[in-house]
Amino acid sequence: MPASAPPNTTAAITLRGVTKEFGRGESRTRALRGVDLDIPYGELLMLVGPSGCGKTTLVSIMAGTLEPTAGTVRSLGHDLTTMTNGRKVRFRRDHVGFIFQATNLLPALSAVENAAVPLLIAGWQRQRALLAAAAMLDRLGLGDRLTSLPSELSGGQQQRVTIARALVHEPRLLVCDEPTSALDAENGRITMELIRQVAVQPDRAVVVVTHDPRAYPFADRIATMEDGRIESVTTAVDQA
Amino acid sequence: MYWIAWKMLIGNRGKYLGIIFGVVFAALLIAQQASIFCGLMSLTVSQIRDVEGPAIWVMDENVQFVDDIKPLKDTELFRVKGVPGVDWAVRFYKGIGRARLQEGSYEQMILLGLDDATLIGAPQDVFLGSIAALRSPDAVIIDEAGYRRIWPDEPFQLGRVFEMNDRRAVVVGITKASRTFQSFPILYTRYSQAVRFAPPERKVLSFVLANPEPGLSSQEVCDRIAAQTGLQALTRSQFIWQTIWYYLQKTGIPINFGITVLLGFIVGTAIAGQTFYLFTVENIRQFGALKAMGTGNSTILLMVLSQAANVGLIGYGVGVGLAAAFGWWTQTTTRLAFFMPWQVLGLTAAAVFVIVLVASVLSVRKVLVLDPAIVFRG
Ligand SMILES: Nc1ncnc2c1ncn2[C@@H]1O[C@H](COP(=O)(O)OP(=O)(O)O)[C@@H](O)[C@H]1O
Ligand SMILES: [Mg+2]
Repeated sequence: MPASAPPNTTAAITLRGVTKEFGRGESRTRALRGVDLDIPYGELLMLVGPSGCGKTTLVSIMAGTLEPTAGTVRSLGHDLTTMTNGRKVRFRRDHVGFIFQATNLLPALSAVENAAVPLLIAGWQRQRALLAAAAMLDRLGLGDRLTSLPSELSGGQQQRVTIARALVHEPRLLVCDEPTSALDAENGRITMELIRQVAVQPDRAVVVVTHDPRAYPFADRIATMEDGRIESVTTAVDQA
Repeated sequence: MYWIAWKMLIGNRGKYLGIIFGVVFAALLIAQQASIFCGLMSLTVSQIRDVEGPAIWVMDENVQFVDDIKPLKDTELFRVKGVPGVDWAVRFYKGIGRARLQEGSYEQMILLGLDDATLIGAPQDVFLGSIAALRSPDAVIIDEAGYRRIWPDEPFQLGRVFEMNDRRAVVVGITKASRTFQSFPILYTRYSQAVRFAPPERKVLSFVLANPEPGLSSQEVCDRIAAQTGLQALTRSQFIWQTIWYYLQKTGIPINFGITVLLGFIVGTAIAGQTFYLFTVENIRQFGALKAMGTGNSTILLMVLSQAANVGLIGYGVGVGLAAAFGWWTQTTTRLAFFMPWQVLGLTAAAVFVIVLVASVLSVRKVLVLDPAIVFRG
């Protein structure tokens, strides 16, 4: 396994001929029909397109939670297609931050405890992990709600906890699936601003799935998908 | 991660209490029923255990348990005494007598006759009067329960006279005695007095109690007695176990208790297993998120097992504690037999272990095969 590529010299993510089929025979669905895509470090790439066109499937494959049917996937210098399951688990633990469409916060854990989960998974001692998580929440403007349970937070605040959780372990890849779809316009804007300001780093690639046009200005590039294929890749300026 | 597992568990209070309830139910029922069973079994041998001193019991070769009296000829005492290695040997009478109550009705009592010279087998807890007083004519020591049967609601008082098998008996002592299986009152007297009380029969000697010479094992002397006299000679613990074994085999007691214990086990497993399964299913997205974020299956497995261990330990502790409280309560307010040796705790622990293991195996499968990609689905 080659060492991780240095930032900005190689793409963080390289997809070649990636296809994904669900089911067999009659019920077979071709979710991806050959995707080629390069995402450099330091970039925020948006994946847009109609519902069912394969956006979630594509980011799942990049993040290593889903196996492609065919094609090659290089992510952060690792060839995911040949990786064993155990190595994939460690790859996700060490290198990937997740923001899911549903927040998937643990309801029994407070904000700071939820944000600390990736560090606890990585084996950090609890007090250290909570300190780091508190610092991250503070950066995201939630320093005064550390001990609140998710149920005591608004939707926008909950989404900020998930951003903290996605970034607390300094991943080199951040994947976000429709991070604003459950939020009102104002909280959606705040969420995208935070992702833009806090998440985007020279040594990190950020992929955001969205179908919310108001999010487009926060992208470096926008890849438009249609029926399992990437139709076009444009810079944000072109779109606007 | 155990900390997260623990938080998840107690965060869902309803399910948490439900699982614990199932384990408590099973542990309580198993420990309580098993303790009553042990209590009954210990009642069957209370008369052997109350006779302290002699290490060897000699009896007819067909005797199967302590209440199975098959009288010996008086001369057997001397044959036993003649066996090399026997330090001493004494007579012991055990039979049933009829005491006449105040209102004219009769009450069955266990009549024990102790060797006239040594009074071996005398009661240990005489709280009124004395053992030595047994040497006076017609003297008996009666147990507390017997006294209350003959003279209900009257204060304990020595010197009272009543009729035993139509013969005069004088109370010279009152003692505590372990309860017997038939729960009859117990009357202690000298052997010669007991024979006078007993209906006239050709043979009256119930047991010969003996002790080995110092340096010889009871077992070896038992073997010699058996070989030389043709009688059955058992060590104290052999006789205890032979009696328990008899009750186990010849009565429905073990089956009745076994069924209740099994029922507690099954119902406890069903409640705990089902609730634990529902708990896991309810948390499946949380487990999915943890897996997506890089938690390996072995860690997930340990998390589920630690959750199971948590409810198992708490349920066991509460269940056994409640059973012990029940036992304490029955001891103070009722005459129900209750005896909780460590084996009962071990049995209950094993049952609880199996219950939480079944519960977690049912649930953990679901989590282990879980595809972390589900967290991306809405
Ligand atoms: N686990 C699955 N089993 C079967 N079909 C699936 C599964 N996941 C996604 N699909 C199908 O693949 C296609 C792409 O789905 P998805 O990637 O979720 O689209 P998007 O996120 O763009 O809405 C859809 O037709 C969807 O029904
Ligand atoms: Mg989707």
